[in-house]
Amino acid sequence: MNRFTFASVTDISTAIAELDEHDTPKYIAGGTNLLDLMKVNVEKPDHLIDISNLAFNQLEELPDGGLRLGALITNAETAWNKQVKTRYPLLSKAILSGASAQLRNMATNGGNLLQRTRCYYFYDTATPCNKREPGSGCSAIKGYNRIHAILGASEDCIATHPSDMCVALAALDAVVNVTGRDGDRSIPFANFHRLPGDRPDLDNTLGAGEIITSVDLPPNNFAQHFEYLKVRDRASYAFALVSVAVALEMDGNIMTKARIALGGVAHKPWRNTEAENLLTNQVAVMENFKKVADAITKDALGYGDNSFKIELAKRAVIRALMQAAGLEVQS
Amino acid sequence: MITTNYIGQPVNRVDGRAKVTGQAKYAAEFNVVSGITYGFVVSSPVTKGKITAVNTRQALSQKGVLQVFTHENVSGLAWFDRSYKDQDAPKDGSPFRPFQNNEIQFSLQPIALVVAETYELARYAASLIHFEYEVDDQLVVGLEQNLDKARKPKSYKVPVTKPRGDANEAFEQSAIKHHGDYYHGSEHHNPMEMHATTVIYGDDDKLTIYDKTQGVQNSQSYVKKIFGLSDDQARVISPFVGGAFGSGLRPQYQLFMAVLASLELKRSVKVVLTRQQMFSFGHRPATLQKVIIGASADGKLQSIINKAYTETSQFEEYTENIVNWSGYLYHCENVDFDHQIVSQDVYTPLDMRAPGGVTGVYAIECAVDETAYKAGIDPLEFRMMNYAEKDLNDDLPFSSRELMQCYLQGAERFGWRKRNPEVRSMREGHNLIGWGVATGAWEAQQMPVRAKAKLSADGKLTVSTATSDIGTGTYTSMTQVAAETLGLPIEDVLFKLGDSAMPLAPLQGGSWTAASVGSAVKLVCEDIRSKLFSMARKVDNSPFANADTDDVIFDSGKIISKSNPQVYLTVSEIMHQSGVNVIEEDTTSLPNMLKQKQYSRYTHSAVFVEVKVDEDLGTVHVTRVVSAVAGGRIINPKTARSQVLGGVVWGISQALQEDTILDNNIGRFMNHDLAEYHIPVNADIKDIEVIFVEEHDDIVNPLGVKGLGEIGIVGVAAAISNAVYHATGKRVRDLPIQLNKLM
Repeated sequence: MNRFTFASVTDISTAIAELDEHDTPKYIAGGTNLLDLMKVNVEKPDHLIDISNLAFNQLEELPDGGLRLGALITNAETAWNKQVKTRYPLLSKAILSGASAQLRNMATNGGNLLQRTRCYYFYDTATPCNKREPGSGCSAIKGYNRIHAILGASEDCIATHPSDMCVALAALDAVVNVTGRDGDRSIPFANFHRLPGDRPDLDNTLGAGEIITSVDLPPNNFAQHFEYLKVRDRASYAFALVSVAVALEMDGNIMTKARIALGGVAHKPWRNTEAENLLTNQVAVMENFKKVADAITKDALGYGDNSFKIELAKRAVIRALMQAAGLEVQS
Repeated sequence: MITTNYIGQPVNRVDGRAKVTGQAKYAAEFNVVSGITYGFVVSSPVTKGKITAVNTRQALSQKGVLQVFTHENVSGLAWFDRSYKDQDAPKDGSPFRPFQNNEIQFSLQPIALVVAETYELARYAASLIHFEYEVDDQLVVGLEQNLDKARKPKSYKVPVTKPRGDANEAFEQSAIKHHGDYYHGSEHHNPMEMHATTVIYGDDDKLTIYDKTQGVQNSQSYVKKIFGLSDDQARVISPFVGGAFGSGLRPQYQLFMAVLASLELKRSVKVVLTRQQMFSFGHRPATLQKVIIGASADGKLQSIINKAYTETSQFEEYTENIVNWSGYLYHCENVDFDHQIVSQDVYTPLDMRAPGGVTGVYAIECAVDETAYKAGIDPLEFRMMNYAEKDLNDDLPFSSRELMQCYLQGAERFGWRKRNPEVRSMREGHNLIGWGVATGAWEAQQMPVRAKAKLSADGKLTVSTATSDIGTGTYTSMTQVAAETLGLPIEDVLFKLGDSAMPLAPLQGGSWTAASVGSAVKLVCEDIRSKLFSMARKVDNSPFANADTDDVIFDSGKIISKSNPQVYLTVSEIMHQSGVNVIEEDTTSLPNMLKQKQYSRYTHSAVFVEVKVDEDLGTVHVTRVVSAVAGGRIINPKTARSQVLGGVVWGISQALQEDTILDNNIGRFMNHDLAEYHIPVNADIKDIEVIFVEEHDDIVNPLGVKGLGEIGIVGVAAAISNAVYHATGKRVRDLPIQLNKLM
């Protein structure tokens, strides 16, 4: 860990101004990921700006019936919030399947969106990694890649985004509100994280110095038929090999609306709206679920150790849909 | 009724309060002097090659950085290999010597130690050292990829059992034939406490060394030989150990480094490894076993052949007892075993809980299970049909062997008789349910131990020996033995350990501590008892003037007449009236080799497991375990149960989760932290029941104790593998059984 200076700020303009005075500054809130990365010299900020005292800690009703989650509310507060639990139970379930109680108590919503990949090579400065050191190469493609991507990867990077919360947010069509030097803007969740392409060093589309202020959850009718299924190597406290967030709107046994997002399979929470639409106005039966599972994994590509994820993703999608539709008991 | 009868009682841990209140100090927690300095180890990013240049200028220019040690500035230390050999070093080879030269022999090899006034500064300065390397990319890594390089070692830690009968011919003649290759990869110990050493520097190079170790005298002799120190100059202390599992059987490099830095700088130094660095030294070796079994149509074992291949480093020949278990567990007249090693560019493997046993029993217990299915016989019945009435490996009778009772009592508790023999016959929703069984065994050994005891006139007893307590409950069980032997209230007994200045004790390992240290504690307390009794006979108007030891009991701090409990003398009365302040004894307890060598001495278990396997997703959950253990006399059923529980949990871990993954391109363990090196969390662990089967044994040692450190883990991975087969019909012969192997 390198030496760094530290400042705590109470307003956003100071937070942004602090950036200009240092070479490699970083914002810090919960720090649950950043500190780990600093300890292994992956992140080497010369200055930390503690933003945890900024005012982004409200949970507000939106005029359209949605809910706004402040970026600095912790994951635990969000998951256990009554409004979230009743109106967006998918989000609660996803958050609670991640990390540990201790980490969820520290980690913030904004930070959850910004957590970095758990690729072994990204964490180990002894090995080449294009995400950590652009141009150095990808060790995972020909190395050990059990936890890596099967969708949307590039020859430069096959890392995955590790969040559970974000998979639910992707399914819920959340909107990320940010602020920065050029003022406020809102980013649809699908456009917030990016695919690696030839710039795997960029995880998302935040501009330089931009801060997440909140995440908006639009109103929906998914609270009855949902599932977050997380498949992993132990029962708790492990990242997803594959996870699936399913949200359905049902009329009898007809699905009037269906959303499916996958975690653990790509550089971002994976949505395939074309595939989802196969379910619209269809009967909730296994046959239809299989079709959509095939469609989602159609272009999936394995790299050896992770090739099993293609079949696993299909089965997980089917299981999650069965459970969301009430055809199987929820796990 | 005797009130100070403690052996066999579930006494609470005497050190429990100190541990849960943070008063128990571990190696890195001794901040007994101001001005202590901190060392941070730099680990090699390269697996194999040479360091061609080192630039420490930037690191040394930081205010507060005291020194950077590398191969360039460390010299003048002991030259011969024997100086670096410790009590657990493999017989053949050259132990790793930090900073010996510029050669890099394994990934994460320690190549520098930065010492600074604060830990943070040392860690930061470590990142400022610039190394240049000449990388050798002709790596030899991966056991299965390098079987062509397999060879016999110069010697084995435990000799491979000689062939008996004609195993090949018997196999050919067998009606039922099975062969299977069983594999597990490397596994790392990862105790909760990272390896650490705090050296307190005293005048004239007198060092007090707080080390994480399973043997303070092993650490002491290691640093004495290398640095040319006297006993006085190198006192090693380790009162508490936060788990070790074998990782503390050999002195680790932080000990060498902390002592080196302390002597060079004439300062106190603390060196603590990071979790990532816990993957930089010994580990359970990746092992492949090719097992062949022949049985008659009616299920009698005719032939067992096991050829094992294990990894070792390029510089030491590590072996463990893997194949002999295949010839020990059952009655089989024809066996043939072989064990070869493959040198690789990794650190030397190291004993890890039930070394060899856990590996060897895994393979034979899966293979026997497979043979039972082929014979169409219930796997438990098959085991009982082939029960060994004597140890055919050594042609010796057993000192005791209540394994049959383990099978019977374990089966009864588990409900084995309700088992449907068909595979895939039990189901609950999308979960397939399977029941499996396996046998476990481990040696019951006794080592020489010396112990000292001191009884003072106030009736307080102190007993000490240089053993350790790695969490097993040694403090507690030894206190019980001492209190009962002398008939003292347990509160009046203090048992001390973990100081090299104490009487000689071996490493804490091999499950021999309770048996060996317990025998020494008993013996030294008996000596005190004799002295006390002869004093009691001589006091004025002694009621015991003409009494014999058989006429009295020692209880509640008194010597009491058996015939009339109203007649007694207290310990204090005896000592005061004799004008004696302290009775001191110092005794060495030696195993009765003449008697012991006529018998085969082992502890046994039968492990019953229920698993649920998600048919679609392949996830496995162990929902129920019954472990029935025959371990001789149980000193403390509470700590004993904890030992076995911990072993079972680790068995679950080994079966389903643990695997250190080597990237064969770069020869580096990639999941070198606890985020990706998986061990069970609470949610993975359900019902575990431990049964101690009654077993009497007056041959193993005077206490009749067999030791429980390893037996809990042995057999668990096999029982789980067998249960997974029963659930799914799939045989997975390489561990861990991760979900992709079952999809």
